[in-house]
Amino acid sequence: MDSESHKSTATKLVYMANQIATFFHTQPKDEAVAGVADHINHFWEPRMREQFFAILEQGGDGFDPLVIEAAKHIRKPGLVSGAS
Amino acid sequence: MSLIEEIDYGTPKSPSEKMITLTIDGNEVTVPEGTSIMRASMEAGIKVPKLCATDMVDAFGSCRLCLIEIEGRNGTPASCTTPAMEGLVVHTQTQRLKNIRKGVMELYISDHPLDCLTCAANGDCELQDMAGAVGLRDVRYGYEGDNHVFAKAHDVANDRWMPKDDSNPYFTYDPAKCIVCSRCVRACEEVQGTFALTIEGRGFSSRVSPGMHENFIDSECVSCGACVQACPTATLTEKSVIEIGQPEHSKVTTCAYCGVGCSFKAEMRGEELVRMVPWKDGKANRGHSCVKGRFAYGYSTHKDRILNPMIREKISDPWREVSWEEAYKHVANEFRRIQYQYGRNSIGGITSSRCTNEETYLVQKLVRAGFGNNNVDTCARVCHSPTGYGLKQTFGTSAGTQDFDSVEHTDVVMIIGANPTDGHPVFASRLKKRLRKGAKLIVVDPRRIDLVRSPHVEAAQHLPLRPGTNVAVVTSMAHVIVTEGLFNEKFIRERCDWDEFQDWAAFVSSPEHSPEAIHQLSGVDPQALREAARLFATGGNGAIYYGLGVTEHSQGSTTVMAIANLAMVTGNIGRKGVGVNPLRGQNNVQGSCDMGSFPHELPGYRHISDESTRDIFDKLWGVKLQDEPGLRIPNMLDAAVDGTFKGIYIQGEDILQSDPDTKHVAAGLAAMECVVVHDLFLNETANYAHVFLPGSTFLEKEGTFTNAERRINRVRKVMSPLNGYADWEVTQNLARAMGLDWNYGHPSEIMDEVALTTPSFAGVSFDLLDREGSVQWPCNEKAPLGTPIMHIDSFARGKGKFIRTEYVATDERTGPRFPLLLTTGRILSQYNVGAQTRRTHNVVWHEEDRLEIHAHDAEQRGIRDGDWVKITSRAGETTLRALITDRVSPGVVYTTFHHPTTQANVITTDFSDWATNCPEYKVTAVQVGASNGPSEWQIEYDEQARQSRRIAPVLDAAE
Ligand code: SF4
Ligand code: SF4
Ligand code: SF4
Ligand code: FES
Repeated sequence: MDSESHKSTATKLVYMANQIATFFHTQPKDEAVAGVADHINHFWEPRMREQFFAILEQGGDGFDPLVIEAAKHIRKPGLVSGAS
Repeated sequence: MSLIEEIDYGTPKSPSEKMITLTIDGNEVTVPEGTSIMRASMEAGIKVPKLCATDMVDAFGSCRLCLIEIEGRNGTPASCTTPAMEGLVVHTQTQRLKNIRKGVMELYISDHPLDCLTCAANGDCELQDMAGAVGLRDVRYGYEGDNHVFAKAHDVANDRWMPKDDSNPYFTYDPAKCIVCSRCVRACEEVQGTFALTIEGRGFSSRVSPGMHENFIDSECVSCGACVQACPTATLTEKSVIEIGQPEHSKVTTCAYCGVGCSFKAEMRGEELVRMVPWKDGKANRGHSCVKGRFAYGYSTHKDRILNPMIREKISDPWREVSWEEAYKHVANEFRRIQYQYGRNSIGGITSSRCTNEETYLVQKLVRAGFGNNNVDTCARVCHSPTGYGLKQTFGTSAGTQDFDSVEHTDVVMIIGANPTDGHPVFASRLKKRLRKGAKLIVVDPRRIDLVRSPHVEAAQHLPLRPGTNVAVVTSMAHVIVTEGLFNEKFIRERCDWDEFQDWAAFVSSPEHSPEAIHQLSGVDPQALREAARLFATGGNGAIYYGLGVTEHSQGSTTVMAIANLAMVTGNIGRKGVGVNPLRGQNNVQGSCDMGSFPHELPGYRHISDESTRDIFDKLWGVKLQDEPGLRIPNMLDAAVDGTFKGIYIQGEDILQSDPDTKHVAAGLAAMECVVVHDLFLNETANYAHVFLPGSTFLEKEGTFTNAERRINRVRKVMSPLNGYADWEVTQNLARAMGLDWNYGHPSEIMDEVALTTPSFAGVSFDLLDREGSVQWPCNEKAPLGTPIMHIDSFARGKGKFIRTEYVATDERTGPRFPLLLTTGRILSQYNVGAQTRRTHNVVWHEEDRLEIHAHDAEQRGIRDGDWVKITSRAGETTLRALITDRVSPGVVYTTFHHPTTQANVITTDFSDWATNCPEYKVTAVQVGASNGPSEWQIEYDEQARQSRRIAPVLDAAE
């Protein structure tokens, strides 16, 4: 089952965040940081953002600088994943 | 219940707005100028006898049965070809006319079999009707003369006689019964646009012939059925009618295959479906159909349908049939257990683009209100999610801007990444009709699709770009339009944000976006690109139609924005004949998105973080909705592999076959503890399921589908569900088992709830739909009968937003190991993963998926046409047979993905659109080589599938 496309979720998250940053790099400068943060806030489920911050705390290896800059505007997920 | 009879006015409606008045048989009739006297008579309720005229095609005037007399004119002109004029006084029944008509009918009948009693058209034959209408009592010529009726005369073979052609699986052609009225020929030309039929021979020896004296199945015929519908006799007849007999009642319903959303009359005998006949008043199809909706409904009663719920502990166990009650209880217990053990967000659901709006709404409601999270997604994720995102950003609404009728007013049509003759056939027919009348066509597609050159249609420009370079090419068109000063300044100043426009204009004007600069990467001839851009900007009403070749890319959303920019910069928005038109894949992709199937959006595209919207649902449903977006399908699978997502309810989707990177999907599903599949058949996903809930077909339920033009069409129940319950009832029962107090008695009540909670649907109700036939949302106080064309005076978001669209190469690159680019598509006779169409006679047109490869690439690899080849990507490999063609350029290969054994998605990778995670199906770097047969994965997979489809025999009570 091993093949190049089966990456870990963390690798994928880094990749996805960078893809978003790549788009916003081409937008006017003042919109770029907010653009990345908004996009992630709007579309990433809390556990994805949790993982995002975990990667960031470990040094944020591989993140586009724009992602790191946007991180302070990305919402930290609250504790919603407990048993109901 | 009775048979819906549509009036045949004999000739098409005149579009003129000028009215004229004439007198017919003493009645004053007012009609639009250009109306035939035949049609004017019919509008006054006077049926002039006719055979060669029907209102689906232009009049031809060959049968001479419809003659009339006009005061002050000599002779007896044909009413079908004579236009009504101001002040004419017309008589449709005089002694002279009666005599002529009788004579004409005598001639026809003398060369026609007299087996009326046993004829399949008995009761539905216009020849029979006309014989009655003209009072034919005797045939003076006898039946012995020259004829086409008998195979032999006096033991001598009759050269004129031709045998019946049974080759098409759905209809027969019996030349003995043909009256050579040419209605079929004209239908094939004018309505379908295929030009498969001709009249061969002259005078008495003339006969209808498919192609060059071929069988139907070997000809160009695409089996749309238009000729069968046009035929006044039993010459062209549905095999189902021959087998069953004439229908006795009918209901209007909507095709469940593609996003065109054709209306049909389901013609019934009891609960048996006799045939599907396209409905003239259907606003999407205007009386036309394709082979799928017209004929491919046999799957609904196929023996493979699963009719009883089943469960099993492990996916390696055989299935065990259980009662519905047990199945619901089992699912409810499992889902609650999983949530208790792994947390509230550890389960989710997938809604179906094949099911009704009402069913989709219920599934997302079950997830949000019942599961208490927002982990709901839909297969639109894998096709048109970038459309939603891109159009929302630029225009403010996640949908196409026009109705299909709009194409009749278009001067320049641009098609990007779509293949309408295969994917959206009825729209393609309407488009071709417009192109034959002179509209210009630009095709932007890696493959030479049929529309580039087909009978009487030729594209002005075909830009065969390298897969993955859409953004570069469309942005470069904008470059040409801006730098050559061809933009519509007035429109932009009035309707868009001028500062944003200037920023964008400066961006696209930079030399690196010129056609010459991007030639290297796109492979598109710069001059052709310039010509195409100029034509689009200056050729009159310009409309863009696009498909999955735009969305299924890592820059899918960016391309949608680039398309929107192009429409705005040329002022092609907000009136008839223009606009941005996504061609949606499945029948209810639009509807499933509208109904809140995305994890971040409540019905009507309102973000889950919006408190006032949540409040509406909180109050109505008595819950507290989570304010965070849920997981999308690919994220669910990732989370499953990570162990935080454990249970899923999948209604009417086959994600294992339709989603990219099959191995990853399989791994995700295998990691879950409770997978519930709700479908007609044991689909591929069901191989990994623990619970199977039998689904129902569109013929077995009430509801609505929303097509690509935002049109909400009714789906009507014509037979009882074989499995006992419509899908909405199953979801409701499951919700009740989980403790929700749902009491919908009819899908109309669900639509009422949608209307109550969703402003763009506020005016929609089943009553309104039954009255109007259909409406296009937004439908509310401001637009009580819906909105055919959007953004007329201003954009939904206020000012139109120009967004910079920079081309970024996909990371899925070719290299020495994977030198070719694979792109995927579909064909006419099959639908999506083929679960339905493979279970109909449509398989005669497509027995297997083939790999299209250019002769140059094939030769290098020693591959001949028809050879088995192995296709390998970074994700996996599969095998299929090669088809050598110049439709694809060197360096590009192409395949369809209709057959599970091909497993085309074993090779597609997990790259996806940056904004929506829509998978990048349209570009995969691959290598192709000779092979001896199925790959290891295919064999392994087949074995696993066979094992997991076992159903345990029901045990005796004694055991
Ligand atoms: S079925 Fe359609 S394509 Fe075939 S001959 Fe008839 S009209 Fe033409
Ligand atoms: S096949 Fe039918 S429609 Fe065609 S020419 Fe013969 S009678 Fe007319
Ligand atoms: S498949 Fe599409 S085009 Fe064909 S009949 Fe159905 S809705 Fe119409
Ligand atoms: S119907 Fe007018 S000539 Fe045949």
